[in-house]
Amino acid sequence: MPREVDGMSLLMETEGMGVRPSLDGCIKCTICESACPYAAVTERFPGPKTVGPQEERFRHGPLSADWSVDYCSGCGICSRVCPQDVRIAEINSRARAQLKEQRGIPLRDQLLARPDVMGRLGRPIRPLFNWAMGTPLVRFPVERVIGIHRKAAVPTVAPRTFQQWARRHPRRPAQDRVVYFHGCSTNYFEPRLGRMVVAVLEHQGLAVEIPQQGCCGLPLQSNGNFPAARTYATRLARQLRSAPSEVPVIASSTSCALMLKREAREILGVEDPALVDVSQRTYDIFEYLRDLHEQGRLKTDFVPVELTVAYHAPCQQQNQLIGKPALDVLALVPGLKLVELDRDCCGVGGTYGIKREKYEISMAVGAGLFSDIKHTAPDLVLCDSETCRWHIAKATGFPVIHPLELLHRAYGGH
Amino acid sequence: MTEALECQLLVIGGGSTGAGVAWDAALRGFQVILADRGDLATGTAGRFHGLLHSGGRYVVRDPAGARECARENVILRRVASAAIEDTGGLFVTTPLDDLDYADRFLAACPAAEVPVEEISPAEALRREPRLTPAVRRAFAVRDGSIDSWKLIWSCARGAEQLGARILPYHPVTAILRDGDRVTGARLHDLRSGDELDVRAECVINAAGAWSGRVAQMAGCEVAVRPGKGVMVAINHRLANCVVNRCHMTGDGDIVVPSHSVSVIGTTDTPVEDPDDIEATAEEVASMMAAGDVLLPGFSRSRALRVWSGARPLLPKTAAAVGDDREVSRSHAVIRHAQRDALGGLISIAGGKLTTFRLMAKDTVDAACAELGVEKSCTTAETPLPGSTGSNYYRLPDHQADFEKGRADNPMICECELVSQADLLEAARVHPKGQIDDLRRVLRVGMGPCQGGFCAFRIAGLLHGHGAYDRTEANATLRAFVQERWKGQRRVLWGQQLRQARLDTWIFQGVLDIEHLPT
Repeated sequence: MPREVDGMSLLMETEGMGVRPSLDGCIKCTICESACPYAAVTERFPGPKTVGPQEERFRHGPLSADWSVDYCSGCGICSRVCPQDVRIAEINSRARAQLKEQRGIPLRDQLLARPDVMGRLGRPIRPLFNWAMGTPLVRFPVERVIGIHRKAAVPTVAPRTFQQWARRHPRRPAQDRVVYFHGCSTNYFEPRLGRMVVAVLEHQGLAVEIPQQGCCGLPLQSNGNFPAARTYATRLARQLRSAPSEVPVIASSTSCALMLKREAREILGVEDPALVDVSQRTYDIFEYLRDLHEQGRLKTDFVPVELTVAYHAPCQQQNQLIGKPALDVLALVPGLKLVELDRDCCGVGGTYGIKREKYEISMAVGAGLFSDIKHTAPDLVLCDSETCRWHIAKATGFPVIHPLELLHRAYGGH
Repeated sequence: MTEALECQLLVIGGGSTGAGVAWDAALRGFQVILADRGDLATGTAGRFHGLLHSGGRYVVRDPAGARECARENVILRRVASAAIEDTGGLFVTTPLDDLDYADRFLAACPAAEVPVEEISPAEALRREPRLTPAVRRAFAVRDGSIDSWKLIWSCARGAEQLGARILPYHPVTAILRDGDRVTGARLHDLRSGDELDVRAECVINAAGAWSGRVAQMAGCEVAVRPGKGVMVAINHRLANCVVNRCHMTGDGDIVVPSHSVSVIGTTDTPVEDPDDIEATAEEVASMMAAGDVLLPGFSRSRALRVWSGARPLLPKTAAAVGDDREVSRSHAVIRHAQRDALGGLISIAGGKLTTFRLMAKDTVDAACAELGVEKSCTTAETPLPGSTGSNYYRLPDHQADFEKGRADNPMICECELVSQADLLEAARVHPKGQIDDLRRVLRVGMGPCQGGFCAFRIAGLLHGHGAYDRTEANATLRAFVQERWKGQRRVLWGQQLRQARLDTWIFQGVLDIEHLPT
């Protein structure tokens, strides 16, 4: 890639989309620290401004030494609220990766960083795995030895992967095509969600293509393994290009969608043409359905759903800067009483809240949300992100589903 | 009321030279008193770019000066390691620089004992990714970054431990004479208002750019010519080693990493008054533009602050005119007994921070001759307090230290990672310290917000701990905010302007600083 002499583009190239130079914008207004849900509940995390634009000035490659930044969950609220466009969460994400590179990534984080491997290994021993993860007697030693908190929510492995189902699913010929990016969680843990996504999309008269696909690399990124994350993201982008370049890529996992849309480029600095292409045509499933509705193309043959549901927008969905499209679309469903939970973060931060040393922090961050849910006492809680769903369900005891499942039901699905 | 003190050597001037003389003389067993008109390191030494010379800058023009630097560089790394960051340095030939000069530069290094290694442009860019990609040749040298405040404080502390007395805020009001002999000086204690006579066997005029004035009080002349040098600090490190242009020295051709910032320097303009050296807007603009030659994007980076220092230049001959950089930086020790038939007075003029130890040695050697004693210099072998010969300063170490006590130690200065415990300890060691004095010890207020968030915390905290009464707290806060403002005035554009607006709202809008009770 040619180096430009023009100052800023050079800075951006060498620093990756201007992440580090953006610290020049920090005037210490402290808005990010006021908004950070993690700094509010733990002294272990001094706050996004502190570990971000301030301490970045003291980092010097392999000599950098601050464990505090590992207590950032990467929720990204700081970057979203910054009036000066400082890339706070991105600076911190890179610092975390640097830290891990120096000190080595613990076995636990290596495991958590590879949901595809976990899913693949867990499936053949599925009954044992699911039993073990639900059994306190097993979870104690798992916490001691591996460092996954005994009370943390872990998903159960499904008997068949979504890909196995998809291979046998007859492709509907149609003029308008979409590519479905289902993500690891749907494939191994929640294939049911994938089947509903396909049904809802086909109901709109679309041909749904489901290419073979791997992990997006997000858990690797948030656990500090950037080199592997770059490989994963690039490989996934190439897999998703199976269809021609104008075909939209629809994602039902919000965090994985954000990875493709922004983080692979902005945090990992991947500039592979395949990724650049895919990043520009990836849509959150509800973002896409809302677009269809705005074009008058969304089917509205809904059956009434007489339920009270409470909706929580996860951080990684909010960071896509698309508003809350699930609320917009579900507002069309007759009979449905929608309650918007006006809280920022549930506390799980992907794999953050599963970890032994962070579980209590995670529960404290989510406390307000959990109490709102209990106070609302809905029939169902809706949330677009899988790890948030598992965490909220475990913490509150309420059933938590993807809003798409509710939409599926409103279309008469079961 | 006039008090009186006695000593063998009275050193006037608490810059690097004066502090170096005090340390050297105390090591040789002299009873020393050092006085400065302000705090230590507030003249030229505290207002430079922070470069520990490898000698590379002088190899072509002044090989003898280069050799001095190269030798002192090795010695200071041994005895003052805690004040030094071993950054290394690069001399790079940009498209604006003469390729022939690079050959002359490389050829001149061995004779001047300046270690140098040519590296490929690709390797230079690997080491410093923001370096201009148009670099044509690159040479690695042993430049470093040196913290003059730490250096001077450790000299002063070391001297004190050996019995010396350090008197900051004690300007000289008169040189005391007895016939053709200087017998001491009258000092004015700015804090108490008292006069203080110090009787000394020998007075050392180490007032740097101000040494002409001190000499004048004794009725003789030191022909030092103050030369103004302008520097600009950039918000963060754009390069982690010293970056020099490989050419005959010019304006803005060196960028030094200094703690968390990058400092570009410098200019050289003769001035009449070493206290009248404010940088002009044109000088700042030329620094920013010059930075782009070495580090593209420099001028669009956030500038924090501008300052200037007055070099104590010593003309080779009285007739020397024109560009000050043609004047040798080398120093001269003047024994007024020999030159002016005035005993008991020695002046040291010229020099540069990198050679401060050598200057001190030459000066104390002259004092020994003046007093007829033989005591040899040991500063080249004796580490300064806090230095072990290998404990170089490293930027992330400061972060690591801060990290250890983070949980139960509130942060006072966010930009420079200074904790409440650090502040209270510094205030204990410097009982009458103004906030600006504590800045030179702790670096409080040196970062992007220029004191906007720490100044009121410091004033309030130290008032709460009884270090200041109400009047003192308000006065030092006002003085500090004013001082920080002065340095920012010339860089008020872009992000620093936004910062200044926020700071103004804090101090004027929230604190109503102009109407604080006195």
